[in-house]
Amino acid sequence: MKYVDEFRDPILARHLIAHIEKLVPLAGGTEEKPIAIMEICGGHTHAIFRYGLDRLLPAGLEFLHGPGCPVCVLPMSRVDDCIEIAERKEVIFTTFGDAMRVPGTRKSLMQAKADGADIRMVYSPLDALALARKFPDRQVVFFGLGFETTMPATALTVLTAARDGVSNFFLFCNHILVPPPLRALLQDPQMRIDGFIGPGHVSMITGAKPYRFIAGEFGKPLVIAGFEPLDLLQSISMVLEQLAEGRAEIENQYARLVLEDGNPQAMAAIDTVFEPRDSFDWRGLGEIDHSGVKIRPAYAAYDAEQKFGVGYGAGKTAGREPDGCRCGDVIKGLAKPTACPKFGTECLPEQPLGALMVSSEGACAAYYQYGGVRQEAAE
Amino acid sequence: MCLGIPGRVIAITDPERLMGLVDVSGVRREVNLTCVVTGRPDAVVGCWVLVHVGFAMGIIDAEEARLTLAALAQLGEAEEEIAAMRHSARTLETAS
Ligand code: SF4
Repeated sequence: MKYVDEFRDPILARHLIAHIEKLVPLAGGTEEKPIAIMEICGGHTHAIFRYGLDRLLPAGLEFLHGPGCPVCVLPMSRVDDCIEIAERKEVIFTTFGDAMRVPGTRKSLMQAKADGADIRMVYSPLDALALARKFPDRQVVFFGLGFETTMPATALTVLTAARDGVSNFFLFCNHILVPPPLRALLQDPQMRIDGFIGPGHVSMITGAKPYRFIAGEFGKPLVIAGFEPLDLLQSISMVLEQLAEGRAEIENQYARLVLEDGNPQAMAAIDTVFEPRDSFDWRGLGEIDHSGVKIRPAYAAYDAEQKFGVGYGAGKTAGREPDGCRCGDVIKGLAKPTACPKFGTECLPEQPLGALMVSSEGACAAYYQYGGVRQEAAE
Repeated sequence: MCLGIPGRVIAITDPERLMGLVDVSGVRREVNLTCVVTGRPDAVVGCWVLVHVGFAMGIIDAEEARLTLAALAQLGEAEEEIAAMRHSARTLETAS
């Protein structure tokens, strides 16, 4: 247990690990048929690998890495749209740094920038709005990306632009929601998920309510978790306790941050600016009903999709994935990253072929960095 | 981008727009406080908040802030977040 000493409270960590070891067989987990727990959030994926939790815990327990890394599920066609917008002379295209290296059909934003497009990395949509004020003659487009955690920020930025009458700011809205892909995964007949670790920061915004269907309709437990190693260990044992007792409930391990009803101001901002799309395309998962949001007609003046005729506004079909990659199977938890023939050869963090290799929250990048080839080579 | 980072509200800079100066591990930047202000904006001065892409998304206590910062530092995400803030500030200053 070489990692445990790094934990904030190694004694408590050892205690929790022993508790989990006891619970796994009670919950029905064996080496041949392990209990499969899906962590939804990419931050949790990163933490699980960083702390080596997958190795510390018994073989009767397996982690499936869920679709909760917004960069990883961004389809190629959306990256292509970004580049189409960014290559217009009048445009300053702004994005979070995470999206720069996601491969598109032709190129990534990074390559487009090298080719001369005016693409700027910003920390906040507010900084994109500030650029719009500074350059009234240019059209400043912000690439809105992420789940319910970043959605209130872009919504409030649009509201600020509207309030201050900034007319050269546009949002290319690609925000997506956490619950719909979970429903899609649970409905997939190939899928085997025994329980979920729920995202902490998304839940801080939305509260616990949006997950109720997971327990109610599908009979699976979900525990909302913090991303400290002890939080994760405790949440895993809470899922196992439910399974061992035959319960399926939505529990909240992260109550010090997550309130039952979430953050009402943030939810109000989202609701004012956005409405659900009929469906949205996820890399590796395909079109999923009501899984994304778009700008409401009242704020259409800020909608880059309408302004530039791209995205769903243009009625384009999904781009295909690179040949031979297994991004889709990895996102669904059906294959480990190492099962992909491109892993660590043609697909590397510095030179990603698939989006799961781009961000440290992507399963392939996390696996490569902490658990994959390097470790195996050392052993 | 998804995890956010704790910071401490130093002052309200624009009460109408609910903007305030927040200190994030020594880097100061203006943050939108809409989602954490329920009464008078002044009431959040001195509070620890969790900042996501320039917006305070929740009030936390000092101990939670410490835990979160330590966990982010171990994941290498604190550094990344602060670097992104600095980079953005430079982009705005030098933009031409
Ligand atoms: S290794 Fe690369 S190509 Fe293969 S599944 Fe992972 S991200 Fe996709």
